[in-house]
Amino acid sequence: MNISFKAQLLILFFSSVLQGAEPIYMLNASYDPTRELYQDMNTAFRTHWKSTHPQDITIRQSHGGSGKQARAVIDGLEADVVTLGLAYDIDAIAAHSKLLPKNWQSRLPHHSTPYTSTIVFLVRKGNPKHIRDWDDLIKPGVSVITPNPKTSGGARWNYLAAWGYALKKYNNDPVKAKAFVQKLFKNVPVLDSGARGATTTFLERGIGDVLIAWENEAYLAVEKSGKERVAIVAPSVSILAEPPVTVVDQIVDKHKTRQLAEAYVNFLYTQEAQKIALKHHFRPTDAQMFSVHKKSFTAVDVFTIDDVFGGWAKAQKTHFSDGGTFDQIYQ
Amino acid sequence: MNNPTTEPLWVKWGLLTLALAFLFCFLFIPLIMIFIRAFSEGLGLYWASLRDPEALSAMKLTLYAILVSVPLNTFFGICAAWLITKFQFRGKQLLLSLIDLPFTISPVISGLMFVLLFGSRGFFGPWLIDHGCSIVFHTPGIILVTTFVTFPFVARELIPLMQSQGSDEEIAAMTLGANGWQTFTRVTLPNIQWGLVYGIVLCTARAAGEFGAVSVVSGHIQGLTNTLPLHIEILYNEYNFTAAFAVSSLMVLAALLTLILKQYIEWKTER
Repeated sequence: MNISFKAQLLILFFSSVLQGAEPIYMLNASYDPTRELYQDMNTAFRTHWKSTHPQDITIRQSHGGSGKQARAVIDGLEADVVTLGLAYDIDAIAAHSKLLPKNWQSRLPHHSTPYTSTIVFLVRKGNPKHIRDWDDLIKPGVSVITPNPKTSGGARWNYLAAWGYALKKYNNDPVKAKAFVQKLFKNVPVLDSGARGATTTFLERGIGDVLIAWENEAYLAVEKSGKERVAIVAPSVSILAEPPVTVVDQIVDKHKTRQLAEAYVNFLYTQEAQKIALKHHFRPTDAQMFSVHKKSFTAVDVFTIDDVFGGWAKAQKTHFSDGGTFDQIYQ
Repeated sequence: MNNPTTEPLWVKWGLLTLALAFLFCFLFIPLIMIFIRAFSEGLGLYWASLRDPEALSAMKLTLYAILVSVPLNTFFGICAAWLITKFQFRGKQLLLSLIDLPFTISPVISGLMFVLLFGSRGFFGPWLIDHGCSIVFHTPGIILVTTFVTFPFVARELIPLMQSQGSDEEIAAMTLGANGWQTFTRVTLPNIQWGLVYGIVLCTARAAGEFGAVSVVSGHIQGLTNTLPLHIEILYNEYNFTAAFAVSSLMVLAALLTLILKQYIEWKTER
């Protein structure tokens, strides 16, 4: 009796060591700039879930560069839900593992994108280098901070936004566009692996004259470090950044969390969640809500990746695969 | 006349000032800065950041990693040192270099090695995961890489010590009729105890502080697979600078206490 009790205790101890002993638990693997967004989303969803189910749930978060997170999920990070920076990273999970079907993006409204964003500039107090548009980033003596497109989703949006601007400027001449982006990257002193790392480089380490960043990340940076230190500059055109979400089928089936995970991603489209997105400076995909709050976002003309680059698969192959345009210009 | 065995006064004082100034700039000021930043928003926030559930879970995980890796490495470190210094065999040099391997390869590569072995597309991973035993991105993975990275500390500390001592005393004990265990506990262990303590202290410090390798296999799941160093990085990235430095100050304090404890034990036994 005594021995079996001790043995039980021991088993309990080791199982709690190994498993973390949580009753209902779900993991959301996300990209860098959504830390604050999902803290609020998770709190709201917990309350929402409890109103219909008599259960306490724990949603854990894991954050990192979007590409790195996709890699981790492929290598065995058991995320029930992925909310990454761009569709290609989830495509990569589908391509390199059997975790979710290839048609995942058609399962939820708006290409599985509950909120969008765009790419803007963050400059230092008083804008001493007079940065107004993409043209100013290729001037000599301007130091530009952007993360590494090989690992960061945000960096890929940055890159494509610059490329899209150049295409427009030079009447769709890809050679001139490439020269433009090459000049821009000549001005980049350091490539961080994720968007948040780049923001910290710009704000805390004080490197660079301009940070190319997610719009939401730029607003957050202004909030955190104060209007007197940095300011947002909207370029004339930019890209509509669509960070999609999906349930990871094999993982939710293994964890028996499908119902919870599906409720979670659907919750992101509700009025309540769209308001939280708004609060964190993500553009709600709820058209009516966006038009009401249009003023709280930068005024910038956006183009989509489908229009200018023919979708992520094509853009990834041309620009970010080994030997793609990024490898050619950044050596 | 200058005494040939002493230096002129200005050399003595000059060197002393230089050394102290260097220590002050490169050791003292950075350490003090951590504490200033940690307490910059008052004791209340300092205390709150240490009692945050995610901080507590990071402490717990770091403690588990230490509790598993240090005893294992102490045991195997003593075995390896014993084997290498008291016996002659072929391939001894090779074994000696292999022990150093975790020191010489980059921590990132150590981490990736375990992902390649135990990841869901790795060598053993698929089979293990099918049998309900996930390693990478779970606690076992973190313990495993910590053990790997800290493996050389005890052995590396003991080998030169035991080499310089030779095996004469052990041979004497054997001739007087002691068996292997008696020889080890009564002759070898007392001789190496300070080297051993020092090895354990270094091993513990590294196990608590390892970042690179652990970062690769962690998956950064908040409240589950973040060790203290990873938690500090996350806090910093979340603009929680005060909390980041509060947790850092805790690690610095633990490190200082360990060193003081080591000094104290040494001083006690020398008397």
